[in-house]
Amino acid sequence: MTRNQRLFEVVRTGLAILIALLIALVIVLTVSEDPADALYKFLLGPLDSFRHFGNVIELMIPLVFTGVAISIMFSAAQFNLGAEGGFFIGAIATAFVAIKFNLPPVIHPVVAILFGSLVGSLFCGLPAALKVRWGASELVSSLMFNYIAFFFGLFLINYLLRDVNAGAMVSYTFKPTALLPRLVPKTRISYGLIVAVLLVVAAAAFMTKTRWGYRIRLTGANARFAQYSGINTNSVVVYSQVIGGFVAGMGGSIELLGMYTRFSWQSLPGYGWDGVIVAILARNNPLYVPVAAFFLAYLRIGADIMSRYSDVPNEFVTLIQGTIIILIAASSFLAKYRHRLVFKEALESDAKGARR
Amino acid sequence: MNQILSVILNAEFGYSVLRVSTPILFATLGALISDKAGVMNIALEGIMLIAALSGVVFSALSGSAGVGLFAAVVAGGLVGLFLAYCALKLRTDIILSGIAINLMASGGTVFALFLIAGDKGISSSLASKVLPKLNIPGISSIPVLGTILSGHNVLTYVAFIMVAATFIFLYRTPLGLRIRAVGENPNAAASVGIGVTKIQYLALTLSGMMAGFGGAYMSMGYVSWFSKNMTAGRGFIALAAEAMGGATPIGSMLTSLLFGFFDALSNTLQLMKIPSEFVNMIPYAATVIGLVVYASQKKRRERKTLESAGAASRAATAADAAAANKE
Repeated sequence: MTRNQRLFEVVRTGLAILIALLIALVIVLTVSEDPADALYKFLLGPLDSFRHFGNVIELMIPLVFTGVAISIMFSAAQFNLGAEGGFFIGAIATAFVAIKFNLPPVIHPVVAILFGSLVGSLFCGLPAALKVRWGASELVSSLMFNYIAFFFGLFLINYLLRDVNAGAMVSYTFKPTALLPRLVPKTRISYGLIVAVLLVVAAAAFMTKTRWGYRIRLTGANARFAQYSGINTNSVVVYSQVIGGFVAGMGGSIELLGMYTRFSWQSLPGYGWDGVIVAILARNNPLYVPVAAFFLAYLRIGADIMSRYSDVPNEFVTLIQGTIIILIAASSFLAKYRHRLVFKEALESDAKGARR
Repeated sequence: MNQILSVILNAEFGYSVLRVSTPILFATLGALISDKAGVMNIALEGIMLIAALSGVVFSALSGSAGVGLFAAVVAGGLVGLFLAYCALKLRTDIILSGIAINLMASGGTVFALFLIAGDKGISSSLASKVLPKLNIPGISSIPVLGTILSGHNVLTYVAFIMVAATFIFLYRTPLGLRIRAVGENPNAAASVGIGVTKIQYLALTLSGMMAGFGGAYMSMGYVSWFSKNMTAGRGFIALAAEAMGGATPIGSMLTSLLFGFFDALSNTLQLMKIPSEFVNMIPYAATVIGLVVYASQKKRRERKTLESAGAASRAATAADAAAANKE
């Protein structure tokens, strides 16, 4: 991709976001009694206090994890949506270690997170294994596995880890040694942020600098070609999903130990689906994931603040997200201009070649 | 175990299988029509949700269940059309379009519900209507069979009529032939003058309408209200049921009934001392197993065809070589 084309992609993304925000504007104008205030809360609410901005960063952390996970999984052209369940079941596994094990500080969260990641990787590897072995569609089976993970996780909490004295259906509190310490005081931003940053760098290096990552990208771009060049595409499909699941499980674990003191989720948290949006915004490039995750987290927190202080419910943010997915993934959105750009560049390079 | 058997062998259980199969069957037929045209409708889940809400809202506004049903089917068709527009006109990957629509449906229905009914969870403040139940004269008086087959919601009967209708539509009408031609080989279809895009638009719209029936049944038959994410993955199960049914109307019906069976089983087992979480898992686990069994058989069949084709071509080459030697 030339520099102009990359610039074009940035403009295209910006335009898609702009259109989605315009739709948001129309919705708020029709729905709200006081649209100006609602819009102000939505767009600038996250910046109005240190705490609100902290919320954005807190929400950004899990989105980075699922965004990277989905980026790796989709890079192999696998529509595996197991990141949702991997995130959840990884968190359950972590809760188990955090409650049942007695380990010294530092080691305790590390063991818990690694265990959660491992469970996540097994979970996301399942649909891939079924696909490679028997040809079952990874899309449908991963969706089913998400429900299975959800109910199985609730079962484990209910029968193994449930604190009967707590009133609600929550687990026992985690051992204090297992909790991730705060990174920024007065917020809930934990050391998970640092892990997220390291992960982004590692994932980017993995995808672009190692032969494993290269194989994933090649398989995703053209599986036949990859096969004919001697790559075992079946193994690529499996290990890409296993790695993606590892990251998703890690995300769930870090979210749990960084933000909570007991397991209290009563539904799938939805970060896996958000990861799809993040990955699409980031064009499956781990380096762009934090930007996309920040953007999405900002939208979410803005919508939350708006629904708290005005009459517009925060679910309207899903309409914005859906629009963004459709427009950015739409290959004919502004395609005319892209063709013109490519054509012009080709002409120019031709002219240069002719002069030589 | 005996307890489970006695539950399954009960006529009431047969009734509830048909009852819970209905929405899955509609969605599966929807998946079938779009699949026949070579486009995958993963938005069925979201379409059913939107239709379910439309049914509740419009039946409450008009005071008529018929209007609600009509609105639900129209809404389903419109969302199907929107999916077609995204996938065929904007050229967004159809799976990503479907994901986007499902996402917008799950949040958008809650958003709309809050604006209309003032609640984010359930539509109980709306006086929505329910579609009538039918007692079939003659059948209703037969002992066991009557209990199973009679007294269902009108849409349950419609669902099974739709199986026949879909069969006739796909295999006995010119339009159905075109749809299948487009799905089988779009280039070949285009070469004989079939408008591939137009056919796919149509198929996705019909698919959406079919899911619209399913959504209407959810909120105006299965229960009498709309609640957040009430379809609970039925649209996704339908995709599996369609694949497992070998992409035929009859097969789709049988697999829908199979998933309906497990769904009903999970509903009745909840009354026993089995952890409800495990019971809730049953329909989804059954779907995965069914999917794997179907896919593995299909793979084996393909390999067999390939092998016999290979054997045939080897034989042909050998014959050619023999003929060449003679000369």
